[in-house]
Amino acid sequence: MLIKVRSASQASESEVTPRGLFLSRRSIIAGGIAGGAALALGGTGVVTGPALAAPFQAPLTVSPKDPRMDARTPMKSATSYNNFYEFGTDKTDPSENAGTLRTRPWEIAVDGEAGKPATFGIEDLLSFPLEERVYRLRCVEGWSMVIPWVGFPLAELLKRVDPTGNAKYVAFQTLADRSQMPGLKYPVLQWPYVEGLRMDEAMHPLTILAVGMYGETLPNQNGAPVRLVVPWKYGFKSIKSIVRITLTQDQPPTSWNRSQPREYGFYSNVNPEVDHPRWSQATERRVGEFSRRKTLPFNGYGEEVASLYAGMDLRKNY
Amino acid sequence: MAAVSKGPVARALSSRWAKPAVFALGLVPLGWMVWLGLSGGLGAEPVAEAVRQSGLWALRLLLVALAVTPLRILTGQPGLARFRRMIGLFAFFYALLHVSVYVGVDQFFDWAAVWKDIVKRPYITVGMGALLILTALAATSTNGMVRRLGGRRWKALHKAVFVAGAAGCVHYVMLVKGWQYPPFVYAAIFLGLVGLRHAKGPAVPGREPRRHEGHKDFHKGLLLKGSPSSGADTSL
Repeated sequence: MLIKVRSASQASESEVTPRGLFLSRRSIIAGGIAGGAALALGGTGVVTGPALAAPFQAPLTVSPKDPRMDARTPMKSATSYNNFYEFGTDKTDPSENAGTLRTRPWEIAVDGEAGKPATFGIEDLLSFPLEERVYRLRCVEGWSMVIPWVGFPLAELLKRVDPTGNAKYVAFQTLADRSQMPGLKYPVLQWPYVEGLRMDEAMHPLTILAVGMYGETLPNQNGAPVRLVVPWKYGFKSIKSIVRITLTQDQPPTSWNRSQPREYGFYSNVNPEVDHPRWSQATERRVGEFSRRKTLPFNGYGEEVASLYAGMDLRKNY
Repeated sequence: MAAVSKGPVARALSSRWAKPAVFALGLVPLGWMVWLGLSGGLGAEPVAEAVRQSGLWALRLLLVALAVTPLRILTGQPGLARFRRMIGLFAFFYALLHVSVYVGVDQFFDWAAVWKDIVKRPYITVGMGALLILTALAATSTNGMVRRLGGRRWKALHKAVFVAGAAGCVHYVMLVKGWQYPPFVYAAIFLGLVGLRHAKGPAVPGREPRRHEGHKDFHKGLLLKGSPSSGADTSL
């Protein structure tokens, strides 16, 4: 049995939207049917550990302002409003075009400053103990969602390759295959899409590799078959459809920073105090809601992650 | 007027149903947006989508309004001129809707935040500039205002529509992320329309300057012909 320790800033599953839709899903998850979850996560039945932890039942003594009261974004919104420029730049393009992405077979090469570099097949990834994590996702464009991911800590994967003492950063790379990704025709960004984290960020327990969401296999438009989720950073840091992870000594390039260095820094922590030059980051609209809400420092995960940046000027290191 | 024999196109353009038809067409984007809004067709972020759609229609209709005069001259259909003002006013209407949704719905009348956006974000500064110009042009679009200002001053003022068009295109180019081509398509159309106005008559493909509509007239006619002061558009 997997025991999840959850701090106040983590969104919970106690609020359910839309109710009808989730009651049915929740009953499946709550039932703890590992087999059912394994089926949902690829139908291969390779999941060995408990596929999904039982949902965390937050005591309803929290105040309405507590982020634990956040309602989950309807799955339909989370799967039809996406930024995945490899499939087009309109929000609905990924859900319309990502059907061409082939997610089996799939491999992630983990190399660089590693004692035991290795290649992990998707089946290997699905054999890590999977758990559900309900996270807020804040896009740099000023909208946000609350998404129940299914995945495992990135740290678990990195430990397997035995990082050397020189491993200071982790570089990630998305698939770039024109035959599967129509958006690559356009030079919106320099392809392939790349992202990076500092080693301590990558090893942080909140940082996960997701292989599913809403108790189901990760849809293609959301970065199937495996993506990063770093909940305290703007969404573009959570790179999708990963094919390569490289441990590096130097800070790796990141796509948006390369495109617009003045607008996107390496860290890109959610920060209401530091505006993007083109839009304010002070507020956000939760998808499905009408009025804007105040954006929280580190997207509300400051309690867990602020110490990673102690002594750093976050205005400079945006 | 009566001596000129008219083809079917010219007859249609001068029909008394033509203006109501153009008016109805101008409302189609609004109707479409309302329908999408009510049916959930605006997607997961309806506010953002409504801002986007209304802005796109403002720019499209502004380009259509700017295309009226070159089209009139290229096709030799003077009857087109009488729709120019209405199309321009529709462009203003959608621009106003665009800003209203942004201010009233997206920012929920948080005037401090809106003001900060205007002064801090160049693409919003430029967009607001375009709206200001369009507002001035819409306010002076009546025949009464043409008389009050006098034809010469009115024309000088209304040349600012090109500034508004350029600002609209720049606004769009500036707001997208990464290198995306659609804003450049709009900008190219705008530049093409400006270029047509400055083209010498013979440079217009397949068309020799006619004696009564030579290139000099092509130049001048752009603003003279069909402008309310010329009497070509006295209704509405």
